[in-house]
Amino acid sequence: MKKAAIIILILGIGIQFIPVPKNQSDEVSKTDFLQTVEAPFNIQQMIKASCYDCHSNNTNYPWYGRVRPFAWLLQQHIDEGKDELNFSTFQEYSGRMQREKIRSMISQISDGEMPLKEYLWMHPEAELTNDEKEQLIKYLETLNP
Amino acid sequence: MKTTLLTIGLALTIISCNNSKTEKRAAETTNETTAKAENTAASDQEGEKAITPIIDAYLAVKNGLVNDNQEEAAKSGGTLATALASLDISQFDADKQTELQEIVEVAKNHGEHISESEIGHQREHFEALSKDIKDLTAIIGTDRTLYHQYCPMYNDNKGGMWLSASEEIKNPLFGDKMMKCGKVQEVISL
Repeated sequence: MKKAAIIILILGIGIQFIPVPKNQSDEVSKTDFLQTVEAPFNIQQMIKASCYDCHSNNTNYPWYGRVRPFAWLLQQHIDEGKDELNFSTFQEYSGRMQREKIRSMISQISDGEMPLKEYLWMHPEAELTNDEKEQLIKYLETLNP
Repeated sequence: MKTTLLTIGLALTIISCNNSKTEKRAAETTNETTAKAENTAASDQEGEKAITPIIDAYLAVKNGLVNDNQEEAAKSGGTLATALASLDISQFDADKQTELQEIVEVAKNHGEHISESEIGHQREHFEALSKDIKDLTAIIGTDRTLYHQYCPMYNDNKGGMWLSASEEIKNPLFGDKMMKCGKVQEVISL
């Protein structure tokens, strides 16, 4: 029993040395969604707080965010999130794709599928109230008339 | 004791496998986007032939949704994504190629989502996809008569459209819930 605990401890420390890429960039991207659409301040705050951790090139990591194995799980979420929608490079999408991404944002927010429930467990501050959802959807709809 | 270690080991392997999967997917998409842009405009007829597998797969998705059959729609969504990826854009007029590329990219994205979603989500993507397929036929033509149909009740009365090869209304956005909602808005002929 004692042996097992020691092995787990060694393994636990050992895996901390396996590198995990960090999703952070100092550069303010010229193709960033919020930079280019000039959204009202409260809308910017909502999108940054609720979406940017997984859908941009800048993650605001929680304290456990660099601790393996959580770091790997986080990395996987971020990879999948950015694959689907990356706000940092939003202007690189074609006009048609931008409209599709906005359509999809509206639908995901109104269906309550985004932000992800698992994400909200650890980030209660990212949760959008019904009123905020409404404001956000109304705003996004002005971009996709 | 051993089992605990084994479980940890297994969990780690699964996590690392998942990571490489996403990388592979990203690599595939970059390959597809490096399509050549040559100015070799084909005759109309060839363009119409090229769209056949795309319309076939699109209509198969539609029929799946009419029948409330998630699996059928998913399978056909995958077929559609493949058909779109193999469309050779260089055969069309040079000044249309960028737009075609954009339509194909978005439509392919819809096909992929349809192939892996539950039916409500499939329908959302299908409705958006229908507009892209219509735009596609506006540029490269169609190989059969298509009916642009519209139901005003879809999506909280915002309305939704789709294309059908038959004039009769069978609603893919509602399926059995409201099979007859809709009317023909436009006929897209050969």
